[in-house]
Amino acid sequence: MLTIQDLHVFHGPIEAVHGISLEVEQGKCISLLGPNGAGKTSTISAITGIARSTGLVRFEGRDLSRDSVEARIAAGIAVSPEGRRIFSNLTVLENLTLGAALQKDAAEKAKDTDHWFSLFPILAERRDQSAGTLSGGEQQMLAIARALMARPKILLLDEPSLGLAPKIVRQIFDLIADLKTRGMTILLVEQNATQALKLADYAYLMSSGRIVAHGTADDLGKSDKLMAELTGVA
Amino acid sequence: MEYIVQQVLNALSFGAEYALLALGLAIVFSIMGLVNFAHGEIIAVGGYTMVAFASLAIGNPMIVMVGAVLAAMLASLTLERVAFRPVRKADPTTGLLTAFGVSIVLQNLFLLFVSPRPIAVTSLYFLDWSIEIAGIRLASLQVFETLTTIIVIIALMLFLRRTVLGLAVRAASLDFEMVRLTGIRANRVFAIAFLISGLLAGLACIFIMARRGSVDPHLGFEPVLKAFVACVVGGFGSLPGAVLGGFLLGAVEVAMLVMLPQSLGGMTDAFVFMIVAMILIWRPDGILSPAVEKGDKL
Repeated sequence: MLTIQDLHVFHGPIEAVHGISLEVEQGKCISLLGPNGAGKTSTISAITGIARSTGLVRFEGRDLSRDSVEARIAAGIAVSPEGRRIFSNLTVLENLTLGAALQKDAAEKAKDTDHWFSLFPILAERRDQSAGTLSGGEQQMLAIARALMARPKILLLDEPSLGLAPKIVRQIFDLIADLKTRGMTILLVEQNATQALKLADYAYLMSSGRIVAHGTADDLGKSDKLMAELTGVA
Repeated sequence: MEYIVQQVLNALSFGAEYALLALGLAIVFSIMGLVNFAHGEIIAVGGYTMVAFASLAIGNPMIVMVGAVLAAMLASLTLERVAFRPVRKADPTTGLLTAFGVSIVLQNLFLLFVSPRPIAVTSLYFLDWSIEIAGIRLASLQVFETLTTIIVIIALMLFLRRTVLGLAVRAASLDFEMVRLTGIRANRVFAIAFLISGLLAGLACIFIMARRGSVDPHLGFEPVLKAFVACVVGGFGSLPGAVLGGFLLGAVEVAMLVMLPQSLGGMTDAFVFMIVAMILIWRPDGILSPAVEKGDKL
């Protein structure tokens, strides 16, 4: 569904990712693991078109590499970005409304809102509250729900567990597992390898802008390379 | 009693004009960090449009007013497209210098191609007559100006709260990139901000012209300066702040005009700015400055 070939990502003059290739199949959960600064978020930014990149980004057979950010989102890519980036000056409901910005049909939009509110009861409770007043875990749920409002074909989740309490992390991963069983295609970027590997069908391990290992979650989980990269202990 | 009501209305109408213009500055600033000093020239474009209508012998006030507002909106949109879009990603200083440049270029175009001298526009005098409400004589223009501003503020609030594009404008003031990541085209958000800004300048233009009765190339300078001060007092980038700052500035100005003895009459502005300075000592970021997130982003 999503194919990336020889992707180089740049931040200004600095090259953050040095030619990676990966593949996300429909209905699968693919995990991109690696330590801080490995280039995971840069890869996500290149897929959405925020960061400058060279190489191929193909989505459903179409080459998106030259498309604008807006065109890529319209093609069916949605992202819950690193740091959540919810609109804290807007209410919870307004955040969701913006998530469905491309949905013209008001009735469908209302249906989706109700649907995600039923899945995230805590957000429903706080629908008219300013999003900035939510707790970290609630904000993460809002960021995911906002992405889902776009009815994406693929969901990019960038570090959904970052900075959250262990109990909340479990909730978030339960939620991702639930989305997976509903058939959502997911690219999950994580530092929390143990949790991510439980969910993922296939995983890539990044370090210093390169993919250093990949394989099924079981294989990669057993590999020494994973532990070495994530802990820095060889 | 009559005197008090008249002065309150004075303050409201001054404040309304400043609020309209300050909102125009603030909405652009909130999404792109640009202080659009060419805003004053947008007002002048409206004024010259009225001149054009007069020279074409079109006197229908409805056509003149709507035409001037549309011209101001078009001018604002054009400036965004031609001048500000290329520097959108540049340093804020570049944007500021671009705005000054555009302002100077437009003023010189007016000087060269129209006239350096004021041109009379009489088609809007009809807005200003004396009305009597409950035995108190008031200037109709001031009533219109205050009411128009209140209606515009309510309409703008509804737009910003009830429409997707309005929500996007508010969200863009916080995180423009994330707005793009919801699929909303950045160009549309900028265009709508400049359109609204032009609309507000056009409306303010009607009242300025009805009061002054003439247009010259530097027409926009003073109003935009006052609007800038209103924004600073209210908190730059905050829309409620712009409105509050505008009305506050109007109130302080009228209070000074009323209270200062005749001998100090020429120093009204000096006293007004002194009070503004004191407000800024109390609230350096302006009264309603948008909260800056100071903590860790996670």
